[in-house]
Amino acid sequence: MNAASAMPAGDLNRGNPSTGRAVRIAVRNLNFYYGAFHGLKNVDIDFYDRQVTALIGPSGCGKSTLLRTFNRIYSLYPEQRAEGEILLDGKNVLDPNLDLNELRSRIGMVFQKPTPFPMSIYDNVAFGLRLYEKLPKSELDGRVEESLRKSALWDEVKDKLKQPGTGLSGGQQQRLCIARTVAQKPEVILFDEPTSALDPISTGRIEELMEQLRDEFTIVIVTHNMQQAARISQYTAFMYLGELVEFGQTDRIFMNPTERRTQDYITGRFG
Amino acid sequence: MPALTQSIALAEQRSAVRKGPSRGLDAVFRGCSYAAAILVLLVLAGILGSIIYGGWPAFQEFGFGFLTSSAWNIGTEQYGALVAVLGTVASAVLALLIGVPVSLGIAIFLTQLCPGWARKPVAMTIELLAAVPSIIYGMWGLFVFAPLFARFVQIPVSNLVEGMPILGTLLYARVPSGVGIFTAGIILAIMIVPFIASIARDMLEQIPTVLRESAYGIGCTTWEVVRHVLVPQAAVSIIGAIMLGLGRALGETMAVTFVVGNANRLSASIFDPSSTIASRIANEFNEADGLQLNALMALGCILFVITFIVLIIARLLTRRVRAA
Repeated sequence: MNAASAMPAGDLNRGNPSTGRAVRIAVRNLNFYYGAFHGLKNVDIDFYDRQVTALIGPSGCGKSTLLRTFNRIYSLYPEQRAEGEILLDGKNVLDPNLDLNELRSRIGMVFQKPTPFPMSIYDNVAFGLRLYEKLPKSELDGRVEESLRKSALWDEVKDKLKQPGTGLSGGQQQRLCIARTVAQKPEVILFDEPTSALDPISTGRIEELMEQLRDEFTIVIVTHNMQQAARISQYTAFMYLGELVEFGQTDRIFMNPTERRTQDYITGRFG
Repeated sequence: MPALTQSIALAEQRSAVRKGPSRGLDAVFRGCSYAAAILVLLVLAGILGSIIYGGWPAFQEFGFGFLTSSAWNIGTEQYGALVAVLGTVASAVLALLIGVPVSLGIAIFLTQLCPGWARKPVAMTIELLAAVPSIIYGMWGLFVFAPLFARFVQIPVSNLVEGMPILGTLLYARVPSGVGIFTAGIILAIMIVPFIASIARDMLEQIPTVLRESAYGIGCTTWEVVRHVLVPQAAVSIIGAIMLGLGRALGETMAVTFVVGNANRLSASIFDPSSTIASRIANEFNEADGLQLNALMALGCILFVITFIVLIIARLLTRRVRAA
């Protein structure tokens, strides 16, 4: 594997024996607190390179919380804190000396609702690029087009790049947000229920898109929709009350879960 | 069909018991509501009509020259609005130049940077500032602020810029008394800051959390989030708040009358005493009669027109921002 050889050697590089995939994010003994509330309890989990991993579980189980620790977006709120280790290519994301802005340019995030910025479609995509790279205009144009193509939006917006991003439909806006994230060439993209505000057709397009993005990016998605998890992910983690109950290849989790609670949840007995 | 007849009888019985809607009360309510709305229009039309009527002789006497003349001579009965109009606009613009950055700074601090425990006290202080009566600002401005301003700003700055081109005129105090257009601008800025700051804060707070998080999520610093995402997102409301502040600054009377110097002199220096429309009216209304009273009324008309223009500009600006 190319990616595996490019990564630092060590325990984290052991990968997955059955697929040969390298580990991109390794979470070790992670605990998370909202003030006094213990939101994540001793979570250990690996996320594999260029695979889609779905986090499922009932509301309040900690799946979004886990996602929000990877780019430390939780640190906007002083009462929230994480303990433990989250190793991105072997480097601890929770290290207080880490450059947060740089981390967030390497770990992109797409949210529950489309969040176009109050600027043109072009600028929405170019905005993140301009933050970290000084590019000549022609190259910037190229990167914007490339990102819009990758997010399957180019054909719909190529004639109105100067128009405000807020004028697009909900599904288009969400793909614009994906384009904005993709433009920065992150290593990992986090999706926090990206289709929960979208209609079924837009949802389908985003799911197709994730399938393509998997070639290039490591994807972690939080979803309430178990069919969605089954459709798009290679790995699934089931969480319950702040604990990681079961983690494995999606087929196995859905067809042959080892834990009773996982089975109950995916068969709809609670949730 | 006994069941059917029975149910019809039951329905009739029920409709007999049911009370009709009280149409009379509804008509009264409707009438009151209409009357309240029309009353406002009548009051506005009455005020506008009477000051136009009152100011008419002055407009007739001086024609368009009333706007361009800087004379205000009670002895020779020569009146012109230029000094007061320029003073009004200049002091209000200075107030915005000083007040808007401070207000936005406060709003951004309160919504983005302020630690939770300090939020309430700081916000309370700002709101208390809005509750201070304007006469207090005027008194404080004249007796406390003006002498300090003369000593520590006007005199040193005048000495510094003396003889320089442009600055030497703009920032030179012939009589460094502390009062003048710039002092009025500063006092006005203090008065409008709480309004603009509290509206801007509310608007920044209403921005959805996910938008803020996604801006941070692509690696923006706080400054970049505020500059490129939050402020543009709230731009329409912030412009509205600024225009509200401008309207207040244009019409503010008491505080300005204390500190503006009340001189009818056309000067290019913002340190020199001058007048605003409101301060001129407040100063002279008591003893005015004849053409002087008409001229004051005419000044009132002009102030009306200026605030109306501000309102229109605000509408156009917000429409343009909304379209962008």
